[in-house]
Amino acid sequence: MKNNNESANIKPLKGWLGINFKELWEYRELLYFLLWREIKVRYKQTVLGILWAIIQPFFLMVLFSFFFGRFIKMPSAGIPYSLFSYAGLLPWMLFSDGISRSTNSLISNENLIKKVYFPRLILPLSGVLSPLVDFAFSFLVFLGLMIYFRFFPSFKILWLLVFLPISLVTALAVGLWLSALNVRYRDVRYAVPFLIQCWFFISPVVYTSTTLPKNWQFICSLNPMVAVIEGFRWALLGTSHPSFFTAVSLVMVLVIFVGGLFYFRRMEKIFADEI
Amino acid sequence: MSDIAIDVKNLSKLYQLGEIQYYRTLRESISNFFKRSFKKNKNNGNYIWALKDVSFEIKKGEVVGIIGSNGAGKTTLLKILSRITPPTTGYAWVKGRVGILLAVGTGFHPELTGRENIYLSGAILGMKKKEIQKKFDEIVAFAEVEKFIDTPVKHYSSGMYVRLAFAVAAHLEPDILLVDEVLAVGDINFQKKSLGKMDAGAKSGRTVLFVSHNMAAVNHLCQKTLWLDKGKIRMFGPTETIIGAYLLEGVEIIGERQWKNLAESPGNDKVRLKAVRILNNEGKLSASLDMRFPFFIEIEYQLLCPVSDLQVGFSILTSEGKVIFSTGDRADLEWQGKARAPGIYKSVCEIPAHILNAGKYIISVGGDIRFEQVFVFDDRCLCFYIEQTEHLPYSLGRPAGVICPPHKWHIYKIS
Repeated sequence: MKNNNESANIKPLKGWLGINFKELWEYRELLYFLLWREIKVRYKQTVLGILWAIIQPFFLMVLFSFFFGRFIKMPSAGIPYSLFSYAGLLPWMLFSDGISRSTNSLISNENLIKKVYFPRLILPLSGVLSPLVDFAFSFLVFLGLMIYFRFFPSFKILWLLVFLPISLVTALAVGLWLSALNVRYRDVRYAVPFLIQCWFFISPVVYTSTTLPKNWQFICSLNPMVAVIEGFRWALLGTSHPSFFTAVSLVMVLVIFVGGLFYFRRMEKIFADEI
Repeated sequence: MSDIAIDVKNLSKLYQLGEIQYYRTLRESISNFFKRSFKKNKNNGNYIWALKDVSFEIKKGEVVGIIGSNGAGKTTLLKILSRITPPTTGYAWVKGRVGILLAVGTGFHPELTGRENIYLSGAILGMKKKEIQKKFDEIVAFAEVEKFIDTPVKHYSSGMYVRLAFAVAAHLEPDILLVDEVLAVGDINFQKKSLGKMDAGAKSGRTVLFVSHNMAAVNHLCQKTLWLDKGKIRMFGPTETIIGAYLLEGVEIIGERQWKNLAESPGNDKVRLKAVRILNNEGKLSASLDMRFPFFIEIEYQLLCPVSDLQVGFSILTSEGKVIFSTGDRADLEWQGKARAPGIYKSVCEIPAHILNAGKYIISVGGDIRFEQVFVFDDRCLCFYIEQTEHLPYSLGRPAGVICPPHKWHIYKIS
């Protein structure tokens, strides 16, 4: 029978569950449509539209260049401070937009969760992927900055193909935890902006982690964003190349991600009833 | 046994009261944790079995109605079968692609155009992009929104909106279709069209589970019906038998039904039922009526907001659930098409003498807002008897049939 593979065995779900990657793949079209809706709706009623994707990082960069670059004279590995901070802001914005969108992805799609079945993982996933559009536009600005400062990237820029997916996985890792927690505890929604703000300061966006005291570097590299941001900056500007601390940071990404996947799957069964 | 589409064994679902509606905060959760460790009795009656030990089998291609009063577990059953929520105990085995319609417009976004929403909603309901492309024109034609297809749906009238939303859903072609009361949208013509579409789906061999309070629709669509009562199966069998038993149970035969508490009375956010009464030709409450005299059916309701082109009405059904006739107060020309301001109203219908045959009848009360919504307030509101009071020369006792109209005979000798 042709439909044999579509049969479903429905039984109580208990304890920890694996991830059904095959099913996730079958629902890829839905992911595509949700992403498309998110992007379309986001810029539909704004006057400046997609320009917002550029304005935010650009003005932050200008502010940082004045305060940290010119006044405080933060060391920036010999790179113009504007370029230096913008290269950090690129992955940071991708990450922070990703976690705030994915955290709210479940509760803002409450009516979908209650009315139809699909792998719920799709929602935080689309929350993490949708900022890629903004990323693409702000990346164009970065290319413009490179031309302005006559800075030519090396072949290391190809490493972005590695660090970009890592930054998405990092955002998803955190997003999985927060979105599932958010279903049960709405406190999370209020805590996230604060969390993002704190996280910004412990991540090397406006400074490099090499300026930190040696014995602090290990503790700081427990922050998964260290690998992502330093990796991005190294690929784009050739600053301090990946080290032992990058590896520590990457292990943290993996731990949070795998933990998040299992936690999400464990909580998934209560979503429709408790949301 | 390859012809079984749905096999359900001892399915139960436990809900914690409050959990359904209110989310918790971290603080509550922490305080609960401490409370729980001090008090051993976890179960303080805050749990409710939405479904309890439900078992049944449905064969491939069967169209099965699910009836029962509110809170009987009908929607919970569909949600479990579609995997929206897992059961607490028991299991179900479902063979084939499942589509579920719990509400129209699932996934619709007001900022997007009709065209965009068709794709979005289709994908959410489980259609593949190619499938949607193939059926796109058909969906648009069915919804009758050709001209506005590239307009954001926030500019649609509510009638257009529900038509488009339903049209997408109606073109879903899964092996098993679970439908919950979504036929109650659009005006009557659109409902007929939707019912026709469902009928065609059923005839093409699709397995359908159809939750409804509309007995006429259940009767028309389903060969078999499942009656759920407080989470348990009350009866499962041929539709006519089940509907008959369902309608007769719990209906009041005192000629009046009142709802004192507005919040609990049947209705929606616009109209709420206050009372339904049967009055005899002397204007007295009575459930036992003389077939020789006219009688009155009175519907008292409260409008919570101004409603334009509202109609309230009723159907009279036989005790087997067959609709004899349906009518509504749009027939009152003085009020026809006019807006009714908030307040309490009474719509009274006079039913002439010599129409119904002697027997037991059931009144189902409902209404509609033209081009927008059709609703059933109470599918088994009141029950009354027509008494055989007249000697009919052509019949010894009660003649067969549901009506007993006045008529004439002439005998002519031809040769």
